[in-house]
Amino acid sequence: MSLELQNIVKRVGADTHIYETSLKLEPRSFNVLLGTTLAGKTTLMQLIAGIQKPTSGKIFFKGRDVTGAAVQKRNVSMVYQQFINYPNFNVYDNIASPLRVAGMEAVEIERRVGKAAELLRLGPMLKRKPSELSGGQQQRTAIARALVKDSDIILLDEPLANLDYKLREELRDELPKLFADRDAIVVYATTEPNEALLFGGNTATMHEGHITQFGPTSSTYRKPHDLLTAQVFSEPPMNTAKVEKRGNQLTIFGNQKWPIGQAGSKLPDGNYMIGVRPYNVSPNKDGKALGSFDAEVLVTEISGSESVIHTRIDNSTWISQSHGIHALPLGSQAKLYVDIDQAMFFDANNRLVS
Amino acid sequence: MSSKTQNNKAWWLVAPVFIMVAFNALVPLMTVVNYSVQETFGDNVFTWAGVHWFQDVLHSERFHSALLRQLLFSGIVLAIEIPLGLGVALTMPRKGPWVSVCLVLMSLPLLIPWNVVGSMWNIMALPDIGLLAKVINGLGIDYNYTRQPVAAWFTIVLMDVWHWTSLVALLCYAGLVSIPDAYYQAAKVDGAKTWAVFRFIQLPKLKHVLTIAVLLRFMDSFMIYTEVSVLTGGGPGSATTFLSIDLVKIALGQFDLGPAAAMSLIYFMIILFLSWLFYTLMMKNEDA
Repeated sequence: MSLELQNIVKRVGADTHIYETSLKLEPRSFNVLLGTTLAGKTTLMQLIAGIQKPTSGKIFFKGRDVTGAAVQKRNVSMVYQQFINYPNFNVYDNIASPLRVAGMEAVEIERRVGKAAELLRLGPMLKRKPSELSGGQQQRTAIARALVKDSDIILLDEPLANLDYKLREELRDELPKLFADRDAIVVYATTEPNEALLFGGNTATMHEGHITQFGPTSSTYRKPHDLLTAQVFSEPPMNTAKVEKRGNQLTIFGNQKWPIGQAGSKLPDGNYMIGVRPYNVSPNKDGKALGSFDAEVLVTEISGSESVIHTRIDNSTWISQSHGIHALPLGSQAKLYVDIDQAMFFDANNRLVS
Repeated sequence: MSSKTQNNKAWWLVAPVFIMVAFNALVPLMTVVNYSVQETFGDNVFTWAGVHWFQDVLHSERFHSALLRQLLFSGIVLAIEIPLGLGVALTMPRKGPWVSVCLVLMSLPLLIPWNVVGSMWNIMALPDIGLLAKVINGLGIDYNYTRQPVAAWFTIVLMDVWHWTSLVALLCYAGLVSIPDAYYQAAKVDGAKTWAVFRFIQLPKLKHVLTIAVLLRFMDSFMIYTEVSVLTGGGPGSATTFLSIDLVKIALGQFDLGPAAAMSLIYFMIILFLSWLFYTLMMKNEDA
């Protein structure tokens, strides 16, 4: 029951929305498409759904070629960033709509709608119109509509992006449970790396129409093949700088000397690009293999028990994310420590080498 | 211990608006009210007439038939323009170079002065030289709007549809393009047919726009004067004498200021009431 995209290309006029891409999604898997806006997530989903046709390449489902098949033939359901419901149907009728189109018996419809409504805690709202619901309830209704039919593929296109923080957290916890016992391929698009990490499953990182890497979420995060993947899969953005390795020493930011650390110790001497996740940069000196640098503080964001410090060093921005409250005044000089053991090294082609 | 600053300067800023509204709405309206309850024989001599003129107008056969014609005209015009405008809007392209071409073409009739519209259709429909009249007569149908009431009505309705359907179409089009693409995709995924998409997505989403369109078209068609006056002058006989045309005949033709004033107030009340009725009916299900 797997879904396979073979050498899919999507061009619209002179613009290429998806460059040649192959992807194989396993049955009963939860797959995250991670990338910024315009990375091609929505286009890829619409290609999977059949709303758009690929310019070239083939799509196989259960080994059958479905490239030209219409949406209705593919048994997919989809949830969007906007809360899409039929405006003059009440919640019950909204959830029931795909089943009615399919011509299901009334008793069965009632049973299924009841079950979906219960799962999404919409029981008391069944008689209300979408306009009388909160954003969270509207999106729950849309999700219930996607769940109610036994879809082979469930596509969720940034379904939580338009919700406020609390509701987003709540639904984010519930979503994987809703899909856990389903015999379906779930594809979830998001711009937030943290969402991908929370959901687990597989992650495909996307950048400007390319899938840069696809694999189990944790390994995509820990062992990105290249700099781009690491950058896409990092929030706050990954810190990068050119380094020169000589023996047990790194030269960074022009003239600063850092110890090499575990990660880069086996590399041959030469020039590399180093990538350091913000949580490996801290104003506290607590790691083992430490590099340090003095930088100008651009802005400090303090959220509860965590501080994110943006600094300027050697014409680039380095970000530190650390526990505790570090209220550094804007424009002041700060000393930051880097856990080099956790750093990533990329070669001249931006491939991960260590 | 309030230390609130007392400052009345703001009144000076709104004063111009007050003066404008007073001169272009309140003063004329009050003049009409004034006329409607008095009798005059010229020379600025007025005597009190009470509700006499209102009774006169309300019992006049002439007013009844003009009102009926007016209602019939608005009814026909709405019944044609609203569905037609909606239909046109549905077929207009949503993106691409043709959008601006369509929009400009659609707005052309709206840019033409009303009396010019009347003259255009007058010339078009003239039995001896008009293109429209020649074509219709050429088809073997006897058509002469200066003599036949049905032909006159046909011409006026056709003119109004030509002139104003664009407005409905443009309003509906604006409503249609504001529906997010995702709705259409969702409907596609559900397997909904074109008719279902129209009935359950487009129509409900267009509700407010359509309400505005109906209200605008109703009020305008109920007050229509210039085009009809230029085209038929209310004839043949009184076949196309609508309320506004009758009003002008009474006020300026016969110079019966009292009855004319009473009639305009009644006319105004009818428009106000019917507009309220339309609005309430169309918005009824909103809170239900």
